[in-house]
Amino acid sequence: MPTVNLNKKVLESLIGKKLSLEDLKHKISMLGTDLDKIEGEEIIVEVFPNRPDMLSEQGFARALSSFIGVKTGLKKYKINKPMKDYEVKIKKDVEKVRPYTVCAIVKKMKFDDDKIKEIIQIQEKLHVSMGRNRKKLAIGIYPLEKIKLPITYTAKKPSQIKFKPLESEREMTAFQILSQHPAGRNYGFLLEGKELFPIFIDANKEILSMPPIINSHNTGKISEKTKEIFIECSGFDLLSLNQCLNIIVTTLIDMGGEAYQMQLLYEKYGKKKLVSPNLEPEKWNLNIDYVNNMLGLKLSKKEIKELLEKMGYGYENDKVLVPAYRTDILHQIDLAEDIAIAYGYENFEPKIPNVSTIGQEDKLEILKSRVANILANLGLIETISYHLTSKEEHNEKMMCEEEVVEIEKSKSSEYTMLRSWITPSLMQVLSKNTNREYPQNIFEIGNTFKINKSRETSVEENQHLAIAICGPDADFTKAKQVFDSLMNALDLKYESKEIEHNSFIPGRVANIIINKKDVGLIGEVHPQVITNFKIEMPIATVELNLTRIKEEMKK
Amino acid sequence: MEVEKTLSKLHTFERKVLPNIKDGISLFELAEKSMLKEIEATRAIQWLYNKKAVEIKEEVKELISLDENGLLYAKKGLPERRFLQAAINNSKISDIKKAAELGDDEINICIGALKKKAAINIDKKDELIITLTENGKKLLNKEFLEETFLKKKFPLETKSLSPEEKFSFDNLISRKKILKKDVKKIKNICLTAFGRDLSKKSNTKKEYIDRLTPKMLKDGSWKNKEFRAYDVTINVPKINRGKRHFVSQSIESAKRIWLDMGFKEMTGDMIQTSFWNFDALFTAQDHPVRDLQDTFYIQKPKKGTLPEKDVVDKVKRTHEYGWTTNSKGWKYNWNEEESKKIVLRTHTTCLSAQTLFNLKKEDVPGKFFALGKCFRNETLDWSHLFEFNQTEGIVVDENANFRHLLGYLKAFFKKMGYEKARFRPAYFPYTEFSIEIDVLHPVHNTWFELGGAGIFRPEVVKPILGIDIPVLAWGPGFDRMILEFYKINDIRELYKNDLKQLREIKDWTR
Repeated sequence: MPTVNLNKKVLESLIGKKLSLEDLKHKISMLGTDLDKIEGEEIIVEVFPNRPDMLSEQGFARALSSFIGVKTGLKKYKINKPMKDYEVKIKKDVEKVRPYTVCAIVKKMKFDDDKIKEIIQIQEKLHVSMGRNRKKLAIGIYPLEKIKLPITYTAKKPSQIKFKPLESEREMTAFQILSQHPAGRNYGFLLEGKELFPIFIDANKEILSMPPIINSHNTGKISEKTKEIFIECSGFDLLSLNQCLNIIVTTLIDMGGEAYQMQLLYEKYGKKKLVSPNLEPEKWNLNIDYVNNMLGLKLSKKEIKELLEKMGYGYENDKVLVPAYRTDILHQIDLAEDIAIAYGYENFEPKIPNVSTIGQEDKLEILKSRVANILANLGLIETISYHLTSKEEHNEKMMCEEEVVEIEKSKSSEYTMLRSWITPSLMQVLSKNTNREYPQNIFEIGNTFKINKSRETSVEENQHLAIAICGPDADFTKAKQVFDSLMNALDLKYESKEIEHNSFIPGRVANIIINKKDVGLIGEVHPQVITNFKIEMPIATVELNLTRIKEEMKK
Repeated sequence: MEVEKTLSKLHTFERKVLPNIKDGISLFELAEKSMLKEIEATRAIQWLYNKKAVEIKEEVKELISLDENGLLYAKKGLPERRFLQAAINNSKISDIKKAAELGDDEINICIGALKKKAAINIDKKDELIITLTENGKKLLNKEFLEETFLKKKFPLETKSLSPEEKFSFDNLISRKKILKKDVKKIKNICLTAFGRDLSKKSNTKKEYIDRLTPKMLKDGSWKNKEFRAYDVTINVPKINRGKRHFVSQSIESAKRIWLDMGFKEMTGDMIQTSFWNFDALFTAQDHPVRDLQDTFYIQKPKKGTLPEKDVVDKVKRTHEYGWTTNSKGWKYNWNEEESKKIVLRTHTTCLSAQTLFNLKKEDVPGKFFALGKCFRNETLDWSHLFEFNQTEGIVVDENANFRHLLGYLKAFFKKMGYEKARFRPAYFPYTEFSIEIDVLHPVHNTWFELGGAGIFRPEVVKPILGIDIPVLAWGPGFDRMILEFYKINDIRELYKNDLKQLREIKDWTR
C-alpha cells in the first residue's frame, strides 16, 4: 500500500493545531488511514488506494484538519481562465499509443530543495497508485520559463526522436533512452512494439518529454529558480487524468501557487475545445433515510451536514458538494461511509438483530469430520499439508507420471503445482519426522486437483483422505485393517481388486470399489519410493476419494 | 521399619542390581553382572536413587577404541609390517605393493612411517626403489610399538596411557580410521548407608509376586504370597494417542460458533475463475491485487468458462458505467477473457458471491459462513503463509445495518476468546463501509489486526443477487486468531507437521 511521510511539526502547522502523540495516532487510525510507524518527528502513514488525494503532506493535512474539526467544510480552490497561448494541441497520431492528456499551469510557486523533493514524491506516489506504475497515467512537470507556448502533444517514429533526457550528459535517440537511461530501462516496456512514440514539444519545436518515460533535461527540470510550471498528465482515459491533475493542482495551490486552466485542442474532436483542470465540486444527491438505514442511526439533516463537513464536503440545498480532488465517490454509499467515519466507528453501538435463521453444516464437511474423528479414535494423528507442492515431490519421488495443475510464476520453487492425491504429502511428512518416535500412523483430509475441461474452472476438485501406517510392522494388512474399520464405522460395503501402480510393491496394491465405483486404493509403498523420501521404515497407505464416497452414500 | 517398607517395593530389576553394587561400579559393568540390559539397569539405578539408596557420580571419560581400519589391521597386521616383509624379496615399489596387498593411499603412509623409523632407503629411478636399512632388518623380528598398542584391550582411557602407548596413539590417531576417540559420561554408583542395609536384607530369599498372571488366577498360586508394592508416585512412560490436528480442532470449534449463531455453511472450489474471485466482487481488472505478484494464476489449464450470459453482462456493465446500481462504475472497457483466467482463490469471499448468485427470494433473510483455505503468492516467513484460512460470513437482510455488522463480529470474537474488539475504517474494492478488525491480545494487552469486514457495495450485490439490499460481509484471517492460544509466534509452526509437536500440543479448549 502507498505510504505518505509526514513531519509532525509541518503537519501541525498545516492543520493549525497541536496534537498529543496518542491523540494523533488515534485520529489517524479513525480517519481511515493506517499508521505505519512514528520515528521522532517523522510519521509514516499508509493510505488506502481509494484516497490518492491524501498522498501528499498538504492533502493529508487537509483531510485531518477537517476531521478533527479545525477547518471543516468544502475548501474552495480558485482556478484562473486560460491566458493567451495557454493551449495544448493534441494530434491524432497519439491515438494508438497514449491518446489523452490534460494540462495546467501554476504560477507564483516558491521552490526550495524540500519543496522540489516533495513534488517529486507526490508525482512518484501518484505514478505508482493511480498511475499503475505509469501504465495507466503518467505526470510531467516543467519549468514554464524554459518553454515557449503553445504546446503540441504528438507522436513520432522513435528514430526521429532525439533529445537530452533528465540527468544525462548528452542527446540520445528514443531507442538509446529505452536501452541506456535508467528510467528507460524501468518503463521502456510501456512503449515496446509501438510504431510511434508520444512526445510533448513546444512552439520552438523543442522536445519537452517522451511520456511516460522521461522529461528533457533542458526543458523539463525544475530548479529553485522556477516560479511557474506547466503540468501534464498523459494516459488512457480522461476521467482518471482529470482526477490526477486535480489532486496535483490543489496540492500546489495549497503550497501557495496560483493555478490557470489550459485549452486542450484535440484534433480528433475538431473545433470542440476542452479545458482543464476543472476544480468545480461535483453535486450529489443524498437520501437521508438511506444513510440512516445503512448506519442504523437516526441522524437529522443538520447532523449529517456537520458530519459531511468534517470530511471536507459541502452540503447545500440538499446536495452534497464533492471536492474536485476526491476520486473515490462512485455511489452515495461512499458518502454514507464518510458520514460514518466522521461519526466515529468507535461511537457505534454493536447490536445483534432479532432475526431467526437455522444453522446448517455442509454435508460433506460433516462426513469429513466424522472420518477424521474415527481415525483419531483408531490412534492416528492428523496432519495438514499445503495443497501446493512440486513435481519432484509429487511425481518423481513417487515414481509416477500424473498430469497436474500448474501454477504460473510462484515465488517459491518448492511450490509450483497442486497435488492430485494426498499420499505424497504424507510421504513428505514422514520424511521430515524420521527422528521422531515410531510407529507413525498419520492421516490427512484435503482437496486434490486434476484437469477436467468440462468443469467451470477447467479443474476438478475432490476431497480426499490419505492414511499412512509407518513403522517396523507396517504392511498391507495393517493399512487394510484401519481402512476396514473405517468402512465398518461408516456402514459401507467395499470390494478390492489387485491393480498395478508404480508407487507400490507389485502384488501388494489394490483399488477400493464401492457400488462398482473406483474410490481409492490401498498398498504397500515401494521400497524405492520410501528410499526416495529418505525414510527407513516400511509404509502402507490408503487413499480415498471422499467426494465420491459421499455421492455413493446418497444412493 | 523404613528398610522393610522399601524392601517390599523393590522392583525385580532393583533386586537384581542391589547385591552387585560395589563402590564406584560403572553402570555398564553393573548391568553385565546383574544380567540385565543396560536400559533396565539404568532404570533400576534411577529408582534406587529416588529411594536414596544409591549415589550416582558422573565422570567424563575420553575413551579410545578401534575404528574400521584399526579392527582390520589388528587381524591382518599393519600395512607397514606387510610392506617391510615384502621388501625383503622385492625392491621395486610396484612389486612391494602387489606382494603386500596394499592400497594406493596405504603405500604413502607406509613409506612415511618406515622412513620415520629409519627402516628403509629410497632411490628415485623410473620408479621408487626400496632397500632395507640395518635398522629395517632388525625390525623384521621386532614388534613395532604401534603393533603392541593395537593388541591392547579396547576401549582404553586416554588418561591411563603409558608414555610409549601415548607415542603409538599419537602416531595412529592421525591415520585414517584406525582409532577413534569418544567422550563418554560414565556413571559410577555407590551405596548409601541406607542402601547397604537394603542390600543386606534383600538377600533374604523371600519371594514377592511381581506381576499377577492369568495362570496364578487359574491355579490360585497367588494365595498366601506377598505382592511387591509399587511406587505409585512414579512417572510412567508416555503413550501416544490419536489426535485431530490442533488447527482442525480450532476450526471445528469456530464453525460450531457460526452454526450456533444460525449460519449455514458455504463450501466451494479453491480454484475459481477471475470472474468469481474478482469481477463479481467489483474489483477492477487493472486493480493491483490482480497482479501475478499477489495472486496465484493457474498456468495449466489457463482459463475456465463464465456463468450464464445475463449475469456476466450485468457485471460487465456495472464495471463499465454502473449499470442500474446508481454508481458511476470504474469507467473502462471490461474484458471477458480476463475474467476467464483461473486463480487459486485469494479469499473465500468468492463463495459469498456464488451464494448470493444462487440465493432464492425465500432464503432472505439468510446468514452464511465459510471457513477455508485461501492463497496468496507470497514467500513464507514468520508472519506470512501462502496458504491460510479465512473465516467468511455474510448476512443477507433487508434491514441489516452497520451496527449489526459490528454486533455479529463482536459476538464471534468474544466466543473465540477475545473479550475486546475494535473497528477502524479500511478500504476494500467490494465493501463500503469497510472496516478493519483489531482485537486485544489477552496477555500482551495490545491491539492486533485480524482482517477485514464491511457491507457489500451495491455494485456487487445487485448484478448477482438481482436486488439491492444490504449484505454484511466479513473475512478475517483465521490462523492468526489461534496463535495466541497455542503460544505460537511463528505462523509457519502451524503447518510444519512435526509429529513431536502434534503429539504434545494441548487440545483446543475455547
